[in-house]
Amino acid sequence: MSSQLAPIPILNQNASEERGEIARLSSFVGAIAITDLVKTTLGPKGMDKILISASNPNELIITNDGATILTKIYIDNPAAKILVDISRTQDDEVGDGTTSVCVLAGELLREGERLVAQKVHPQTIISGWRMALEAARGALTTSTNDNSSDKDKFRQDLINIAKTTLSSKILHTEKEHFANMVVDAVLRLKGSTNLDNIHIIKKSGGSLRDSYLDEGFILEKKIGVGCPKRLENPKILIANTAMDTDKIKIFGGKVVVDSMTELSKIEEAEKEKMLLKCKKIVDHGINCFINRQLIYNLPEQYFADNGVMSIEHADFDGIERLSLVTGAEIVSTFDHPELVKIGTCKLIEEVMIGEDKVIRFSGVPSGEACTIVLRGATSHILEEAERSIHDALCVLAVTVGETRTVLGAGCSEMIMSKAVDELAAITPGKKAMAIESFAKALRQIPTIIANNAGYDSSELVSQLKAAHYQGDIKAGLNMRDGCIGNVEELGIVESFKVKQQVLISAHEAAEMIMRVDDILRAAPRRREPMRH
Amino acid sequence: MSLAFDEYGRPFIIVREQQAKERLKGIEAHKAHILAAKTISNIMKSSLGPKGMDKMMVSQDGEVTVTNDGATILENMQVDNQIAKLMVQLSKSQDDEIGDGTTGVVVLAGSLLEQAEGLIEKGIHPCRIYEGYEVACKIAIEHLGSISDSITFSKDDLEPLVKTAMTCLGSKIVNRFHRQMSEIAVKAVVSVADMERKDVNFENIKLEGKEGGKLEDTQLIKGIIIDKGISHPQMPKTIKDAKICLLTCPFEPPKPKTKNSIEITKAEDLKKLGDIEQQYFIDMVQKVKATGANLVLCQWGFDDEANHLLLQNGLPAVRWVGGLDLEKIAMATGGRIVARFEDVSADKLGKAGLVREIGFGTTQDRYLSIEDCPNTNAVTIFVRGGNKMIVEEAKRSIHDALCVTRNLIRDNRIIYGGGSAEISCGLKIASKADEIPTIEQYAVRAFADALDAIPLALAENSGLEPIEALSGVKALQIKENNPHLGIDCNYKNTNDMKAQFVFDTLPGKTQQFLLANQVVKMILKIDDIIKQSGSPDDE
Repeated sequence: MSSQLAPIPILNQNASEERGEIARLSSFVGAIAITDLVKTTLGPKGMDKILISASNPNELIITNDGATILTKIYIDNPAAKILVDISRTQDDEVGDGTTSVCVLAGELLREGERLVAQKVHPQTIISGWRMALEAARGALTTSTNDNSSDKDKFRQDLINIAKTTLSSKILHTEKEHFANMVVDAVLRLKGSTNLDNIHIIKKSGGSLRDSYLDEGFILEKKIGVGCPKRLENPKILIANTAMDTDKIKIFGGKVVVDSMTELSKIEEAEKEKMLLKCKKIVDHGINCFINRQLIYNLPEQYFADNGVMSIEHADFDGIERLSLVTGAEIVSTFDHPELVKIGTCKLIEEVMIGEDKVIRFSGVPSGEACTIVLRGATSHILEEAERSIHDALCVLAVTVGETRTVLGAGCSEMIMSKAVDELAAITPGKKAMAIESFAKALRQIPTIIANNAGYDSSELVSQLKAAHYQGDIKAGLNMRDGCIGNVEELGIVESFKVKQQVLISAHEAAEMIMRVDDILRAAPRRREPMRH
Repeated sequence: MSLAFDEYGRPFIIVREQQAKERLKGIEAHKAHILAAKTISNIMKSSLGPKGMDKMMVSQDGEVTVTNDGATILENMQVDNQIAKLMVQLSKSQDDEIGDGTTGVVVLAGSLLEQAEGLIEKGIHPCRIYEGYEVACKIAIEHLGSISDSITFSKDDLEPLVKTAMTCLGSKIVNRFHRQMSEIAVKAVVSVADMERKDVNFENIKLEGKEGGKLEDTQLIKGIIIDKGISHPQMPKTIKDAKICLLTCPFEPPKPKTKNSIEITKAEDLKKLGDIEQQYFIDMVQKVKATGANLVLCQWGFDDEANHLLLQNGLPAVRWVGGLDLEKIAMATGGRIVARFEDVSADKLGKAGLVREIGFGTTQDRYLSIEDCPNTNAVTIFVRGGNKMIVEEAKRSIHDALCVTRNLIRDNRIIYGGGSAEISCGLKIASKADEIPTIEQYAVRAFADALDAIPLALAENSGLEPIEALSGVKALQIKENNPHLGIDCNYKNTNDMKAQFVFDTLPGKTQQFLLANQVVKMILKIDDIIKQSGSPDDE
């Protein structure tokens, strides 16, 4: 019978299955490929990537930020997707270390692949890694330094952290300038980690050096026509209300008129209603009115006549920040002026940044908010600068919350790998191989940093290792001179929380991929051809 | 036999369109079924036990799931074969009924069919095979009852429950913290369990996950977490002694169900209508305010005006709360969900000691946590983890652990794991088999052999020499007459599962045997498949 030879389909026709060695191979290859892609961006001498959008070839991004690179590229390999996801989570959670986490996970898998090739069972590798992780975490925690009690020292720590973060980015030429800027901005928050209060404005033109921290709040909007352009000690009302005509919200309401005169009457009534609303607003005793929505000509006119400065179309973020800094509440009804909180500041004025007019609110009562004005030659530089500043701000905000710091420049990786190696030496059985591989993966980070800087990584890393074993626990890579140096003197400091998160997330992801022995791929959903 | 001939020798067509149909019958059909079922069980085999591996699934839209949970794997596998679909169903019903052992049941069914294949080749009729299996299954279940052990626990001594949950979580990725995870699961179940009725309402346990942080940050919260924020940025973010008004009606003028239209013909009407509208909003807010509420949770939205009125009246509000969440909150806070503003009154308000908005990391995501509820029955397990896949997998694992704990509260009998129960049942069945005088003897013996598949797979996954390990344990069980000996998957140098604290619930194991046996019976009974091939949408 022919049916004996006929294949029996079990899975869906287009679905596929990869098993055992092949599945593992495909995971490893995918993860390592992703790692190789981003690893050249690591460290102070890391290189940038150009990303070109598939839908719009004119839109390009030049970046050094791991999370940005990874989330923008199209990936089909499931293991690679896991790495992208940890990088994204790292970005959401602590904001920095997005490249390191991906590289560490990839290097762990590279070591894992070698062990699997030597016929070590993945579960043995996993249990070895778990022991290694504990050892590494312990070593990292003991190597921390906490200067939070000493204000000046802590500030120095923060500046060092900011400099370390910024040194790999496009801003590194001006890192002193920017580090001071972001530290000032974060310290203004007085311990709060809400970065909403720091507003970043990009204006092309000028050079990066011209960027500055403005102690007030800057709104990229125009003041209404005919309104005063400068107000001292203004009374500000912030609103979110329609300023064209109020729609009728009662269900089924509809205007039906039978003559032109009626129509004009209704128009008149609408206008009157609007003016009444304006009057109510003015009756709050304000001289500055900021609305989230548009302000049409008629009310604008009315406000101008009454000497009220009106600012229209400040978006959601804008009004929320403004209400935060001026202390005003966001108003949508105007019947109870006595209940409404009116905001204030010292001075509102229209200022020029580059060629654009913006509105500056200075001397705001809640001194937490500030604005970072970025200047730069092209929009790409500005965007990359914004990403870098965002990273630095995140790291600093995290550090303000968790004040412990660790040394960078491969030093803390060395400390961890030394602890893990020592554990491997006293562990009997095959697990020791896995533990050793963990240490090796950790040492890959300084190796990559040195490689990216164009130095002899094998020489440097072995020197570094030797220095650590000789008891110099502050030794790290000096990438300016290409030698081993004291990291504390070099001032390369990183946040403990970021480092720890990198270690744990990378291990979690590597373990997850290691545990997989079967990949089942569903048939891709059939898409309807797009009709234009 | 789709073609017959009448008495004049003319062909007489019984099944039309021969070419368009595929037909398998007799032994061929049996073999095809068994092959399909075996394929599925082979995929699952490597996930069994504490050293089992995970599967990575890529969904239709390219989403990645990494899991060790049998039911989840099969559900996402997009199986096309009919018999394979039966196996998927099998795992699903185990999941619905017991919530754990979804992998084991498939492996067992696969192994039973494998044994049946051998018997069919010997020429034993499938009917006799499944009759023999029935007999064997009955013996096994009786035996399970006799080797089961009951554990005692109370609200103060949860240790046995935690130990069982740990067995359940042992095979999952969370096993790095499985002590902590099991404690969370057990505490969650115990706090919602009704010890009198021995029942647990899972609706009171909410599993919420958020990527970021690490697995050990997972915590049990006595209260409810919803992924919504307070509607207005300036409303207070922390409310103590909250009196919560739960609404399922929107803050807007009523929408009559009947179609209506209000025609505005005069300018005065426009004004009047505007005033009425304003009055609506004010009335609504006033009604809520009058009850003394200080937090409004609304299933619907409300516009800027209503939002601001609420702010002005000091009523923090949350909009677009999901219907299920609202019900849970109602249960936890003892409030009543109100559908019309006319019905709002003070006695319908829910109460909570503390309501606060929490944010994570550098993102804008905000969660609302409602704690210290009068009805402590509602709890939330908040799972954290380094990436989305791990959070999802941890949620699934905790769900399994919850199920196991619930089963123990319902029925406190346990049996020992590590394959010990299967080995012991196998031995019992094998000894009974010889007493059966008919052909079924072979089938019964085959059942005993099939049971070996579980300890074999356990041993293989743990990196032990499978046959050596199994025969060693078998001999030891007979020698010491101790049914608690199993495969030492964790290299603890003892085969005694009682000492290793590896437990399974009795109903779980019984259910596994029964379900697997039923499905096998069903599959063996089919001897013909007629498949309509070339259906129009298949191209």
